[in-house]
Amino acid sequence: MGSRASTLLREEEIEEIKKETGFSHSQITRLYSRFTSLDKGENGTLSREDFQRIPELAINPLGDRIINAFFPEGEDQVNFRGFMRTLAHFRPIEDNEKNKNPPTSEPLNSRTNKLLFAFRLYDLDRDDKISRDELLQVLRMMVGVNISDEQLGSIADRTIQEADTNGDNSISFSEFIKVLEKVDVEQKMSIRFLH
Amino acid sequence: MSLEEEIKEIRRSGSNKDLDAAPEFEMSDIFYFARRGVESIMDDEVTKRFSAEELESWNLLTRSNHNFHYISLRLTVLWGLGLLIRYGILLPLRVTLAFTGVGLLVFLTSIVGLFPNGRMKNFMSEKVHLMCYRICVRALTAIITYHDSENKPKNGGICVANHTSPIDVIILASDGCYAMVGQIHGGLMGVIQRSMVKACPHIWFERSEVKDRHLVAKRLSDHVEDKSKLPILIFPEGTCINNTSVMMFKKGSFEIRATVYPVAIKYDPRFGDAFWNSSKFGMVNYLLRMMSSWAIVCSVWYLPPMSREEGEDAVQFANRVKAAIARQGGLVDLLWDGGLKRGKVKDTFKEEQQKLYSKMLVGTQEDRSPVTNGPGIVRTAGL
Repeated sequence: MGSRASTLLREEEIEEIKKETGFSHSQITRLYSRFTSLDKGENGTLSREDFQRIPELAINPLGDRIINAFFPEGEDQVNFRGFMRTLAHFRPIEDNEKNKNPPTSEPLNSRTNKLLFAFRLYDLDRDDKISRDELLQVLRMMVGVNISDEQLGSIADRTIQEADTNGDNSISFSEFIKVLEKVDVEQKMSIRFLH
Repeated sequence: MSLEEEIKEIRRSGSNKDLDAAPEFEMSDIFYFARRGVESIMDDEVTKRFSAEELESWNLLTRSNHNFHYISLRLTVLWGLGLLIRYGILLPLRVTLAFTGVGLLVFLTSIVGLFPNGRMKNFMSEKVHLMCYRICVRALTAIITYHDSENKPKNGGICVANHTSPIDVIILASDGCYAMVGQIHGGLMGVIQRSMVKACPHIWFERSEVKDRHLVAKRLSDHVEDKSKLPILIFPEGTCINNTSVMMFKKGSFEIRATVYPVAIKYDPRFGDAFWNSSKFGMVNYLLRMMSSWAIVCSVWYLPPMSREEGEDAVQFANRVKAAIARQGGLVDLLWDGGLKRGKVKDTFKEEQQKLYSKMLVGTQEDRSPVTNGPGIVRTAGL
């Protein structure tokens, strides 16, 4: 009868997550319900296999990179806090937030942090630079077998040429931000909740 | 919006360049895949179909209370009372009925089997089957409402229905006589199957024969051609789904030339959830849960018969029937394969996405350098 109680979310935890991520109370409980339904092992954490079981994610060409974004360096399990912290990047930026007291640290769903999420999808070895090789690998994931090595190589070269301003033949995070300065990041990297 | 439209929109917002002379690749393209990926992590259409539906208000069964927490003393007392009634009174009664029903089925069908083939035998077989299934229905306290009985399946036809649990069979078979299709099992199930087939022809396959699609198709065709034989009952989803949606229908039954009688079955989850989550519960556990619920309440709709039209292939026909069943039962019509409950999604779907995106990168140029590491050039005309 009470065996589920230990895995339930306590009010204090919900408050902490609310402060950290900005999600509302009902959004947090709904996502918790989602988290537990994905957690087949029922041990309070998700593994990479738990994510791969979602068909729509499995057919996403960058599915593995996105799954990887949830796991901190070297770890194979992610708990609910980590899950929410990553999802928070996709919270829409509300207008009234800009008027509130400015938070002590940058919110997880700021434009910069959304761009950082995308940057890290490209940056395979997490060295804060996108090398030509890394760009090629990610491109290869997105196009599969449909484009030749030569063509893909020239696409990568052109991209780096356009973005690289300090001549080190790789794209740093600030160069990345510059390239995308006109893109509507706030809208394109946000997911609206239905309630 | 399609992949192409969405990526174009992202590019448009970030660039003043003319889109027809658009660059082949933009770093912002990744936003599309990232967002779609995280959206599916937050919620997806498929994984939730393989676990029991969540109720809006609690029906006093612990099993349907996913977020259990103490609400009030009165509720707990009610729950305790319910527990007593369900396990102390209802369950023993139902188990007795179940044993009676199954026992009679085995015994009486064996007796009917001794008679020579003919009208007398068919008549008695019908009566015996109906009676025993009706006892089993009582054993589950299933309260069934049949709609549109004028469309009931006739001999020489194939009855298809959405699948939620093995109980579906009992529910349909207590209102009409069908020829069952399935794999021969060992144990008690096998005993029941072997005695049923003595009274009237059912189609049981050996495990080895199940893989042979031509053999299966042939036996089904032969059966429907014999108009004296009962309509075949088939569940084209191939697995149990949680009764909120209808998933992909396997095309095998729709390739045979026969009239299809679609049937929609919708359970009311408030009295007891009939969904069999076979990865979580075994058969015996499942039956016990069924027999200790309040009741199994469901509606059955007999839909008007459908036939394959000119120029329609089996898959299109299957989808048409599926849509009709989904509409009637108030279920979500999904294209996803129920096999995803256990297996991985096929790589071809990911390859399709990659193909679509590649088209955007290299456009519609005809003279491209040959692919050096793939199976061949992707011709946009063929996409």
